[in-house]
Amino acid sequence: MTACLERLQAMMLRYLYLHRRSLPRTLEILFWPVMELLVWGFVSVYIRSLSPTTLTHIILVLINAMIFWDILYRGQQAVSIAIVEDIWTQNIVNILVSPLKIWEWLLATFLYGLLKITLITTILSLIAYALYQFNLIDSLGFYLLPLVFNLLLFGWAMGVFTSALIIRWGHSAEALVWGVPYLLQPLSAIYYPLSVLPEWMQWISRCLPSTYVFEGMRRVTETKTLPAEYFWIALGLNAVYFILGGLFFSAMYRSARRSGRLGRLGMD
Amino acid sequence: MDPMEPLIQADKLRKEYAGALALESLSLSVEEGEIVGLLGPNGAGKTTAIHIFLGLLSPTSGQARVFGRDPLISRHELAKKMNFSSAYAQLPSNLKVSENMTIFAKLYHVPDAKKKIRSLLELFEITHLRDRVTGALSSGEKTRLNLAKSLLNDPKLLLLDEPTASLDPEMADTVRGILRTIQKETRVGILYTSHNMPEVEEICNRIYFIHEGRLIAQGTPQDVLRSFESRTLDQVFIKIVRSGDLVSRNP
Repeated sequence: MTACLERLQAMMLRYLYLHRRSLPRTLEILFWPVMELLVWGFVSVYIRSLSPTTLTHIILVLINAMIFWDILYRGQQAVSIAIVEDIWTQNIVNILVSPLKIWEWLLATFLYGLLKITLITTILSLIAYALYQFNLIDSLGFYLLPLVFNLLLFGWAMGVFTSALIIRWGHSAEALVWGVPYLLQPLSAIYYPLSVLPEWMQWISRCLPSTYVFEGMRRVTETKTLPAEYFWIALGLNAVYFILGGLFFSAMYRSARRSGRLGRLGMD
Repeated sequence: MDPMEPLIQADKLRKEYAGALALESLSLSVEEGEIVGLLGPNGAGKTTAIHIFLGLLSPTSGQARVFGRDPLISRHELAKKMNFSSAYAQLPSNLKVSENMTIFAKLYHVPDAKKKIRSLLELFEITHLRDRVTGALSSGEKTRLNLAKSLLNDPKLLLLDEPTASLDPEMADTVRGILRTIQKETRVGILYTSHNMPEVEEICNRIYFIHEGRLIAQGTPQDVLRSFESRTLDQVFIKIVRSGDLVSRNP
């Protein structure tokens, strides 16, 4: 019996020791449930505020929002996962010592992301049409292009930011690759309008290009027009985030080069 | 680059990591057409030095020049003329051998890549593995693939970090033979780290022995043997590691 308890204790220690050295792993325990509670809590607040006549309209908005969220998420993931995968396979040093320039590497991940998103969006749209008679192109028309363009840019900017964290901190920052987009999910007003959020959260939301895309998407669904300022504000913010992301990546790359982390990526 | 200039010239390289000293005043050079061994026990600073020459690591002080240029500033240009293979860096395990070679041939902008890949796979006797997933290769086969990759761009400088660590004695001998042939034919300069002292004695024109980041000995293998009054480099290695604070012996 004592031996059994000791073995149980050994295995518990095996899992708990990991938390001592990785703050992201510990925060992750609370992170996902809190994010889900926030998103679905605000969705329920929004739905309760709707009149029965507008309730059918919300289904259309939710399917649009789900497809758009996937575009944003996959855009970010394409950049970061490509880099994480080279760390997992211990190939990253081979890449870093080749003549590949950093901007060429990032651009390749953007293009790979674009391919994936085109495929995913097409398939999701076809499934939504076949099963729910939901036509993405019909519901958003020409405005689909500027909305998706801004979403993609923000996904890539986030990807550059999370990739920088990986370059600097390696394996211990991997949880952030999946976590950062979900951190922004409740703030981006994806499944509910901005007005549903508390005032202080709205201020943060207004700093995110994704908020203007999702607000714009709802506006197009309701009125068939996209206010031009939604596009331009999102584009301007994307430019800012791209510049900040690039500077952050460059700073993290230099820091990893000073600390020796760059050459050890994938080897710890 | 001045044709007389060494491929690698390091002057008083020093590297500290959060207070821990990895390299202390390391000076070394690698000339065209020679194989230079960088030797020392685990943690001696060999990989640190190689990472500095590759532009992956910035020195705390001192200067590293590769082809006469700072690898931190000119990494992209230098990368075209050099290559690297390490027992600790692998090619993606989920891709086929031929796919990995194709990708790196494109990264290094290799002309007539198909022909080059075919000849390198033949040279390292892994042609029969070209359609095999890299992860399914034995460690010796992976090492040979890494070496094949490192020769894709006909480098003028090769940095090899324990290249024969996973090879059996017969294959290690074959690889040493290939490296010697390439050295003679192409005049490539090779910086070579290894724990296999007989191998180093056999293949290296000159060696640098470092311990706890400090240069302890340098010269031809015979010079170093004489200065340590030893018959083999294995004995020198053991003397250096066991005697702690050795005074440098540089003939």
